[in-house]
Amino acid sequence: MNLLSAVKVSVRSLRANKMRSGLTMLGMIIGVSAVIAMVAVGSGANERIAAQIASIGSNLIMVIPGSTTSGGLRGGSGGSQTLTIDDARAIGKELSAVRASAPNVRASAPIVYGNQNWSTIVQGTTPGYLEVRDWPIVSGRNFTDAEVDAASKVALIGSTVSENLFGGEDPVGKIVRIKRIPFTIVGLLDDKGQSPQGQDQDDVVIAPVTTVQRKVSGSSHIGTVGVVLVQATGPDTIEDAQKQITALIRQRHRISGGQDDDFSVRNLSEMLAVAESATKIMSLLLGAIASVSLLVGGIGIMNIMLVSVTERTREIGIRMAVGARQRDILAQFLIEAVMLAVAGGTLGILLGAGGSIAISYFAGWSTLISPVAVSVAFGFSGAVGVFFGYYPARKASLMDPIEALRYE
Amino acid sequence: MPTPVIEICSLCKTYRIGELTVEALRSVDLTIQSSEFLAIMGASGSGKSTLMNVLGCLDRPTSGGYNLDGNDVGTLDRDALARIRGRKIGFVFQGFNLLSRMTALENVELPMLYDEVPSAVRKERSLEALRTVGLEDRSHHLPSQLSGGQQQRVAIARAIVNNPSLLLADEPTGNLDTATSVEVMGVVQRLNDERGITIVLVTHETDISEFARRVVTMRDGKILTDHPVDNRRIAGAGVTSR
Repeated sequence: MNLLSAVKVSVRSLRANKMRSGLTMLGMIIGVSAVIAMVAVGSGANERIAAQIASIGSNLIMVIPGSTTSGGLRGGSGGSQTLTIDDARAIGKELSAVRASAPNVRASAPIVYGNQNWSTIVQGTTPGYLEVRDWPIVSGRNFTDAEVDAASKVALIGSTVSENLFGGEDPVGKIVRIKRIPFTIVGLLDDKGQSPQGQDQDDVVIAPVTTVQRKVSGSSHIGTVGVVLVQATGPDTIEDAQKQITALIRQRHRISGGQDDDFSVRNLSEMLAVAESATKIMSLLLGAIASVSLLVGGIGIMNIMLVSVTERTREIGIRMAVGARQRDILAQFLIEAVMLAVAGGTLGILLGAGGSIAISYFAGWSTLISPVAVSVAFGFSGAVGVFFGYYPARKASLMDPIEALRYE
Repeated sequence: MPTPVIEICSLCKTYRIGELTVEALRSVDLTIQSSEFLAIMGASGSGKSTLMNVLGCLDRPTSGGYNLDGNDVGTLDRDALARIRGRKIGFVFQGFNLLSRMTALENVELPMLYDEVPSAVRKERSLEALRTVGLEDRSHHLPSQLSGGQQQRVAIARAIVNNPSLLLADEPTGNLDTATSVEVMGVVQRLNDERGITIVLVTHETDISEFARRVVTMRDGKILTDHPVDNRRIAGAGVTSR
């Protein structure tokens, strides 16, 4: 019997038992649609995490001062004040694998404009910072190297701060007071959104590092910085850049061969690794749920096919009497099982896709229906049909024609 | 002398039911020539059903030879026997054995479905077979919409659609009333008379066996008598509409 006739015969017998076929498919539908919807929600979440990581800046390296020991108590890394503004400049200018670098000091301070005030982070850095962070200005300008040298009282303002102090007004050219010292706002930064840790990156004021150290933080360590942010020239040069930075700072700090570094160099690969392992665990869980639900669906199909084979013993006998070979009977029941599974799988894919669209519409989660998940779900449904349909089909094909014809 | 359609010699069939060994056929010899119309009679347990199953290639003999159309079929495997059944043998059963979800036409097409016959040819030949049994106007009816006699005629159409060498009818009138039985036997007789199809009819009713040309009586797995029918019954010239 050719495939087309076999398919026709199978469709007919499935349609003859619509209720039963529908209920059998329901197992597959629920399983597959759950998988599709969960994968969509999961990949949507991953997408968002990846976007947040990218928002920190691309090809980013952080240079952090080493730890200090005071009174036998070892401080954590970043506790000492070994990195200087000059170190940061040298990294930016002298190294081939580095595109830009920016020192970074932070202070917390209230900002006052007119009768409005807002407490925020004042970040001291150099003009290269915006380049390192891939952070554009929407109006006004960046401050200059000359303004850093002169410790000018100019500042860039983040969108959150701008909104709280100025409302809808354009902040550029306005004068605000930070710790009672008047600063001129020269530029408004673009929205950056949340950091991967959940902080609002737009709640910030950026000013020349020299100005912040002298006027705002009141630090005793003028000229040293908390962290230096470095942007490598590309993803492939991150490791080179790290080596070059280490060599340069060791040289500048006069650290001889056997001594430990008084700083550390890190990139964001750890953060990416964490995100990746979270994704992996998620995929594993999804895979487990998927296989359980497909298993249950498959058992349902097998159960119904066994019932169907018994019920249709006489039909099998008649078909054998008029010339059906074992493989014809096997094919007929196998095709039925596969069609149940694949039809269930297809409906499940549609339902899952619809469900994830509904989730993103009503719950506001970002979802992503991945073509890979769809094709894997489809392929798996077929495989389930073959796996769980084979035993009942084989049972049918091995029947004795005389017994089958005599079956009441 | 042309090759006989069926030639069996020293055919034995034994069943094992637990410890018990049942000898259903004990060394049966039988030759059936082309275009013969043979009735096999006997009480239940006489071995006639077993003989029928072996002749129909549904079962294999324990020992002895069976040549169908000059080919030894006693030693073929399951799939080869299925092929033979599809191409050379047509079955008519007591319980009609039509597939209830299929129309008369589709039921008649069934043997060709397994013989890879193209669908246009299938349809044409099936309609032709239905015309032969006088049911071409009922081709799209389901078995449940047909009377018993009509169902049995559909089964006959299915049995002859592949132009078999042998038509095996196992108690074909067992479920029918007398008038309908005569009508169905008329169709069978006509196939034998007009188209020369070899027919083996299994029955336990003497009056039905009288439609045949030759009667074989069985008892205890052996052939008891084998003689031509003296006063052959003729069911009538044509096929009545019901």
